[in-house]
Amino acid sequence: MTTVSWSGEQGTSRGPGPFLSVRDLSVEFSTEDGVVHAVDGLSFDVEKGTTLGIVGESGSGKSVTNLAILGLHDPAHTKIAGEIWLEDQELLSAGRGTMERLRGDRVAMIFQDPLTSLSPFHTIGRQIGEVYRKHKGASKKEARERAVEMLDRVGIPQPKTRVDHYPHEFSGGMRQRAMIAMALVCDPDLLIADEPTTALDVTVQAQILDLLKDLQQQFGTAIILITHDLGVVANTADNVLVMYAGRAAERGTVREVLREPRHPYTWGLLSSMPRLNAAVDEPLHPVRGTPPSLLTPPPGCPFHPRCDYPQLAGPELCFHQRPDISPESGHGDACYLTLQQKKDIRTAQIEEPA
Amino acid sequence: MTGFLVRRILGALVILLIISAVTFYLFYAIPRDPARAFCGKICRPETLTLIRHNLGMDEPLFVQYWHWLVGIFAGRDFVQFGACPAPCLGYSFATQEPVFGAIVDRFPVTLSLTIGASAVILSFGILTGMLAAWKVGQPLDKIASASSVVGASLQIYFVGPLLAFYLVDTAGLLPRPSYVAFTEDPLGWFTHLLLPWVVLSIIFTANYTRMTRSQMVEQLAEDYVRTARAKGMSSRSVFFRFAWRGAMIPIITIFGVDLATLLGGAIITEQTFSLHGIGELAVRAVQNTDLPMLLGVTIVGAAAIVVLNIVVDVLYAVIDPRVRIG
Ligand SMILES: Nc1ncnc2c1ncn2[C@@H]1O[C@H](COP(=O)(O)OP(=O)(O)OP(=O)(O)O)[C@@H](O)[C@H]1O
Ligand SMILES: [Mg+2]
Repeated sequence: MTTVSWSGEQGTSRGPGPFLSVRDLSVEFSTEDGVVHAVDGLSFDVEKGTTLGIVGESGSGKSVTNLAILGLHDPAHTKIAGEIWLEDQELLSAGRGTMERLRGDRVAMIFQDPLTSLSPFHTIGRQIGEVYRKHKGASKKEARERAVEMLDRVGIPQPKTRVDHYPHEFSGGMRQRAMIAMALVCDPDLLIADEPTTALDVTVQAQILDLLKDLQQQFGTAIILITHDLGVVANTADNVLVMYAGRAAERGTVREVLREPRHPYTWGLLSSMPRLNAAVDEPLHPVRGTPPSLLTPPPGCPFHPRCDYPQLAGPELCFHQRPDISPESGHGDACYLTLQQKKDIRTAQIEEPA
Repeated sequence: MTGFLVRRILGALVILLIISAVTFYLFYAIPRDPARAFCGKICRPETLTLIRHNLGMDEPLFVQYWHWLVGIFAGRDFVQFGACPAPCLGYSFATQEPVFGAIVDRFPVTLSLTIGASAVILSFGILTGMLAAWKVGQPLDKIASASSVVGASLQIYFVGPLLAFYLVDTAGLLPRPSYVAFTEDPLGWFTHLLLPWVVLSIIFTANYTRMTRSQMVEQLAEDYVRTARAKGMSSRSVFFRFAWRGAMIPIITIFGVDLATLLGGAIITEQTFSLHGIGELAVRAVQNTDLPMLLGVTIVGAAAIVVLNIVVDVLYAVIDPRVRIG
């Protein structure tokens, strides 16, 4: 994502590019209160064998973006525009059958809440096996054997008996492992993990993340990891996308974004995160204010009502004109401040924590 | 599963015990003396006492109840009527026939009515509800919703004669409702009861259409349904293999509750079509202050409901694995 730049070209096929490329994606929901602009002009790439961490506060459009990749939005209430390319296949214009064949096979998703996301009515083995049967045309027996193998692979003890259990007989951590087993049963090329560890305690969380890493190393899977936790990103991701109000605020490698964050919103996220090496009594600084309404987004930069520096960028600029992410590739952010200004502010912040 | 069943059956027996005791007690709260009915016009106090004694009514209430209870399992002897083999529910004060025999004679009528109507309600209600949910917002959905409102506002004693007039008297499509024993003539049993089934089920069916529809719509928004779709399951298999189970759980629960109402509806339906079922017995027993009959009908009706509820619970456990353990 940091190196490849790709020039937009309409059509159903294209030359070599990133493995997954989301271009100018926008997702709108029509609701009783009006149109919700959940995602608005979002672009990002993911390469094979790498992990993209998507961070951003609640409601920033992380889940909506990824449900759009899988085509899981209800078309009756949703308007989606832009392009999503998986290698040489455009997904937004793909037919229902194509998407059904793709889902669970090449692209798989792990959901946040493993209790409600597994069917309470079917055994774990059946839920894992049926994906395999659907996509690989396996027999019942083969599917069951595969399910046992997958449970073993994700580290569930006694997979041969566990395969016949129901989700309510599993602990939270085991359910999430089962979810992962289900997502990986067809060896997907792209795995989307929507806050896969939020519901779990810290030790289990670390185990699950290790598991994902191992699997990625073995199979070269591309992973999109959605999380609130910048610590998780620092440990597991290669690249980061910071989302704010349905748009990209900043993107770059983990090192770039976490070491030299450029967008004032990213600064806020970072300073709202507890650090292990900080003094116990050092106060946290959550981003002030509340996320903007997606029904009537503020004009100009969506972050300006919560930003401390709009006047630095020049009179009124932030209030009226929406910044695009720049540069086109590499470490980029959507903010009018100059690189020098940002550097100065950061240095001042680090020298005397407010 | 076995432990579950044993627990449910024991619980059911306790419930039946309580119901019978309460009925027994309530009956004596009525300021009317059944012994008087046997005594005739010129009733001397000695005769009345004798009759009371013969009926076993001169003993304390709990002793009488105990005799009644023992009679069910061991049979008993009445001075007035003679021997009554187990299961003995006593003799009718009004007709002097054995209560148990009278109920056994009429039970198949009411049972056929209730079971047939249940089948119509569940199959038809769930089917139309599913169709409506499958086509949410489309004409089929609207028709189903509208007709369910109409159906819910109908009454048995209005629809019954109306349909009988058109389908039986005018068009001659169906025979006049009556009870033909299933064991003798299954087809006749079916055709003669079809109209009562339809009439009894009309008001309920509408409700089940509506519930099924809304439950399905709700289930389709659940996380696990989304997971199924994320696995590449087709909309149809998501609908018919995943969502319906979740939708059926509340439906079955409500059906268990509705069974008692359904039995009440069966009694009205029996009256509407002059079918000689338990309902007729019950109405007559109330009119005649016929304690043994009333008690018998109550306890058999309650037992039927309790048994059907156990069936419902078993169904519930079959559908939802989470119930099986707890
Ligand atoms: N089906 C929908 N209809 C209307 N609005 C929706 C729908 N789905 C999501 N939204 C709205 O879109 C916005 C983005 O939601 P999304 O679920 O992507 O947030 P998120 O970044 O995943 O947040 P979280 O971290 O809490 O999961 C929210 O404001 C949400 O209310
Ligand atoms: Mg989310």
